Amino acid sequence: MIEVRDVRKTFTVRSGRLRRRRTMVRAVDGVSFTVREGEFVGYLGSNGAGKSTTIKMLTGILTPTSGSVRVAGLDPARRRTALARRIGVVFGQRTTLWWDLPLRDSLTLIRHLYRVDPVEHRRRLEELTELLDLGPFLGTPVRQLSLGQRMRGDLAAALLHAPPLLVLDEPTIGLDVVSKATVRGFLERLNAEHGTTILLTTHDLGDIERLCRRVMIIDRGRLAYDGDLERLRTSVAADRMLVVDLARPAPPVQLDGIGVERVDGPRQWLRVPRGMNAAAVVAALARRYEIADIALREPDIEEVVTRLYRTSGAFGAE
Amino acid sequence: MAWNAPRRRLASRGVSVYPWVAAYSFRRHAAYPLGAFAEAITNTVFGFVRAWIVLALWDARPGLGGYTAADAVAFCFITQAMIGPVQIFGGLELTQRIRSGEVAVDLHRPVDLQGWWLADDLGRAAGTLALRGVPPMAAGLWAFDLTLPGPAGWAAFAAAMLLAVVTGFALRYLVALTAFWLHDDRGMQAVSLIMSMFFSGMVLPLVVFPGALGEIARMLPWAALIQMPADVFLGRCSGAELWSVYAFQAFWAAVLLAAGRALTAAARRRLVIHGG
Repeated sequence: MIEVRDVRKTFTVRSGRLRRRRTMVRAVDGVSFTVREGEFVGYLGSNGAGKSTTIKMLTGILTPTSGSVRVAGLDPARRRTALARRIGVVFGQRTTLWWDLPLRDSLTLIRHLYRVDPVEHRRRLEELTELLDLGPFLGTPVRQLSLGQRMRGDLAAALLHAPPLLVLDEPTIGLDVVSKATVRGFLERLNAEHGTTILLTTHDLGDIERLCRRVMIIDRGRLAYDGDLERLRTSVAADRMLVVDLARPAPPVQLDGIGVERVDGPRQWLRVPRGMNAAAVVAALARRYEIADIALREPDIEEVVTRLYRTSGAFGAE
Repeated sequence: MAWNAPRRRLASRGVSVYPWVAAYSFRRHAAYPLGAFAEAITNTVFGFVRAWIVLALWDARPGLGGYTAADAVAFCFITQAMIGPVQIFGGLELTQRIRSGEVAVDLHRPVDLQGWWLADDLGRAAGTLALRGVPPMAAGLWAFDLTLPGPAGWAAFAAAMLLAVVTGFALRYLVALTAFWLHDDRGMQAVSLIMSMFFSGMVLPLVVFPGALGEIARMLPWAALIQMPADVFLGRCSGAELWSVYAFQAFWAAVLLAAGRALTAAARRRLVIHGG
């Protein structure tokens, strides 16, 4: 569905008032990946890492400086219009809807834009209205919608022409917990029931954990990781955390190979390096201290990613 | 699953989207009558100011530029009525969309960027015509003795107006696109405002410009926006002359639209979307 081969995009940035300096910025610097039909892939990166630039090259808005891109069998930069009919795009921070028009009218305009058969349109609109709960605000001008409602409207707008590929650029940005859950639930069903391939760009790691089996991480214009979410956790070797409640407050515990991260009264946070047997640590601890309670926490994705960024030299970022 | 099945049928069905864009734009611009009314009042007041000035001028120099006093006053009011539809003061929403990065959405749509905005602008012009065009004209008719066209004259004028709107759009589209390169568009807007006010005939009819200045001014594209449709309105062009007016307008519309297309392609090649 998506084939990206050694793609680069450089921008020239001018700075200085009198003496104009021109610096080349490599927004995307040699990225390659493939996304197969039906996959749900998370595309992760910090601000300025090159996420949005990649998305804009995939949708044909930007032309790559070098390398090749194929999306749904087309070269996006050359066949932008044809491609737009085969993919759906949601830019979380922007809207495709018309500010002054009721949502329903925006969706009608989109029907004409993509030349969707009226009968098909009605059927899909009904389904999307139900799945995204658009009913209560179909007649409301877009400028009066809440952010969560607008995002649901934008999702409907991107899907009315039934594209086999949906590209999402930070669709949950700024949404509250309930709206996020609605959007995530919808995307999950779309992928599972309609087989829509989804590429999800975000820096909300909750989105990734809930939705994506595969994750790609971009850092400073290069792919720092591409693979299983689970394998990421282990390969980055993020430590597990043992949270121990001692019977009474004590100075930081002393165990070989174990660092104490934090002490708060009787509770202590112990960092258990990956590869060390947690059961053995607990046993050793129990021999020397009286323990009231104990919990072992797997590293969460945020920690994994932070660690990945910190050590991304190891992934060839520079 | 059923979604993807009948997609082959989709591409061939349905009418073009452009008329719909124009229709919705018309609705949008007709949606705020109060704001338009305020602008119409302003246009009308300035019509009176200009009318009194030209009356004083034509009193001292009767027949100046081949206009009678009634022609000159009619010129003031018809051009005041054209301010809204032709949007002679410049500006296109596209400029703000480029500055904010919203243009990414426009560029993703499976349509031609220039065609989309032209359709939008035609809808806007039509929506503005009734709300901003009629009041100055009606007030002028009530207060002064004006030269007015007959039915055929109105039809000829309508065609010239349509060409003026398209030419005006082509110019404003070019100015808007410069926002891709110039991060502050105010300088460009100011220059284009001065040029279009002066060379369109909005400040003074181009017929009174003397010598070479007049010759040049009457050949520039801005003449197609105000002076030419106004001359058609005053019945100063008939037969072959009328067709040469249309040809002049169509020529500039085509040249400027083509330049807009070239600039759009160039912008696409070196595009930076603002705001991530």
